[in-house]
Amino acid sequence: MTIQEIQEEIVDEFGMFEDWMQRYEYMIELGKSLPLIEEKYKTENNIIKGCQSKVWVHAEMKDDKVEFTADSDAIITKGIIAILIRVFSGQHPSAIINADTDFIDEIGLKEHLSPTRANGLVSMIKQLKMYAIAYQTQLN
Amino acid sequence: MVLVFLQKQIAMLDVQKIRQDFPILSRQVNGKPLVYFDNAATSQTPQVVIDAIVDYYSNYNANIHRGVHTLSQEATDAYEIARKKVQKHFNAKHAHEIILTSGTTHSINIVATGFSNLLSKGDEIIVSALEHHSNIVPWQMLCERTGAVLKVIPMNEEGELVMDAYNQLITDKTKLVFTNHISNALGTINPIEEIIKKAHDVGAAVLIDGAQSCPHIKPDVLALDVDFYVASAHKLCGPTGVGLLYGKEEWLNKLPPYQGGGEMIDQVTFEKTTYAGLPHKFEAGTPNICGGIAFGVALDYMNSIGFENIAAYEEELLHYGTQKLLEIQGLKIYGTSKNKTSVISFNLENIHPYDVGSIVDKLGIAVRTGHHCAQPIMDFYKIPGTIRASFSFYNTKEEIDALVEAIKKAQIMLS
Repeated sequence: MTIQEIQEEIVDEFGMFEDWMQRYEYMIELGKSLPLIEEKYKTENNIIKGCQSKVWVHAEMKDDKVEFTADSDAIITKGIIAILIRVFSGQHPSAIINADTDFIDEIGLKEHLSPTRANGLVSMIKQLKMYAIAYQTQLN
Repeated sequence: MVLVFLQKQIAMLDVQKIRQDFPILSRQVNGKPLVYFDNAATSQTPQVVIDAIVDYYSNYNANIHRGVHTLSQEATDAYEIARKKVQKHFNAKHAHEIILTSGTTHSINIVATGFSNLLSKGDEIIVSALEHHSNIVPWQMLCERTGAVLKVIPMNEEGELVMDAYNQLITDKTKLVFTNHISNALGTINPIEEIIKKAHDVGAAVLIDGAQSCPHIKPDVLALDVDFYVASAHKLCGPTGVGLLYGKEEWLNKLPPYQGGGEMIDQVTFEKTTYAGLPHKFEAGTPNICGGIAFGVALDYMNSIGFENIAAYEEELLHYGTQKLLEIQGLKIYGTSKNKTSVISFNLENIHPYDVGSIVDKLGIAVRTGHHCAQPIMDFYKIPGTIRASFSFYNTKEEIDALVEAIKKAQIMLS
């Protein structure tokens, strides 16, 4: 699936919920499906700045596609990062770089999360795109 | 006997009537009535203070201490009356010992910068382990500038300072001691009388950070014999961006000006400038005039309720909140000193404080989560942060019940 298709799929899923509690419960569920980062990659260097909770992300390139793994010490944050990884993981670096992330507004994530967490979300997206840029440079 | 005294005090505080003084308390957040338990970060503002701000900008907004016109005179008078109110409230000997600043952090920096010229290599500065970052970083910077050494009074598991260790740290090398009156992260009330006395025995100066104590108790700087006392108006029902530095006259005279600019000068030529006397020496530029005036009104308001009434009522809330929260399984409270104010810092077992904060916000409850600008305390307990509920005299037991229900809900969702 393309990034666009995955985003639409997520928007549809979140569209089924009537209130914030259901959204949060779903996000917590998604957090449990997060492809976990290997312990050896949980280093200071791999921590994303700008989040109140700790978020570690690791990226690897396989067959010209970027694979992300991650973890967080907070369960809701884990849900957010799981959504982002579902969108970006397994995609070509150029697709990740060029992807817009308006779907976050559409699923009410940004609107429904506190400002500091939303800033963390911005940092997460930035970090994932940075990895993609680095791998794109290798391909060039 | 104590109980009888408390009940008598509580009866004198009509919380429902007080709540009507605060317009913000009737608003809703996420469709629920606001429960505001982030008072240690900033207090809410009563209508009389809001009115004073509106009155200033509607009727006598002007620059002070320089104009001969009527508006400037009125604004100057109101500002200087506010300074006298602050003096009276803190029981300073002179009004010019009260420097109106932008807040606690600004006040601390005036002193820390001023001591650059008064310290030498090898001098020692003592801070407590319970400090807010704003009372750690300026002293570290001072040490870097002067070669002085920073020593730390350790804390124990209850979140109290270990006074035996303090007695060991105090030597004739000690030049300055800094501690907060009350810890912002845990609510512990520090034994500042003893700290001040021991420091003075070796000739060291003492700065007390009163940012967290002033909303709960009325400090008497003369009785404390403290050299510097600092606080912020916005924790005392006043506006943000204004606070005070109290300093003994002889100390303030010793410190050089912090900033150059208008108002702080006596004579200026390109060859030499002489500085104005106290308090203007430390008040360069146009101050927060409206904020200063509103600070005075906020003090009047709090004094009209009475600090004894406030302390007694908040103690009641603290006991009720502690008891109710501890009924939740897996909840641990950090900071269990017998001497503490109405701050409860806690965590749920195996749940990140930030997750809990996010859920309870959805239920209309404002609590603080994180390290509370006191990372050394979090490192001591080996935790990423806590959830902190801090109560004020306008909070109620019903609101505490709402918090307890919200925490239980969060626990179920997050387990």
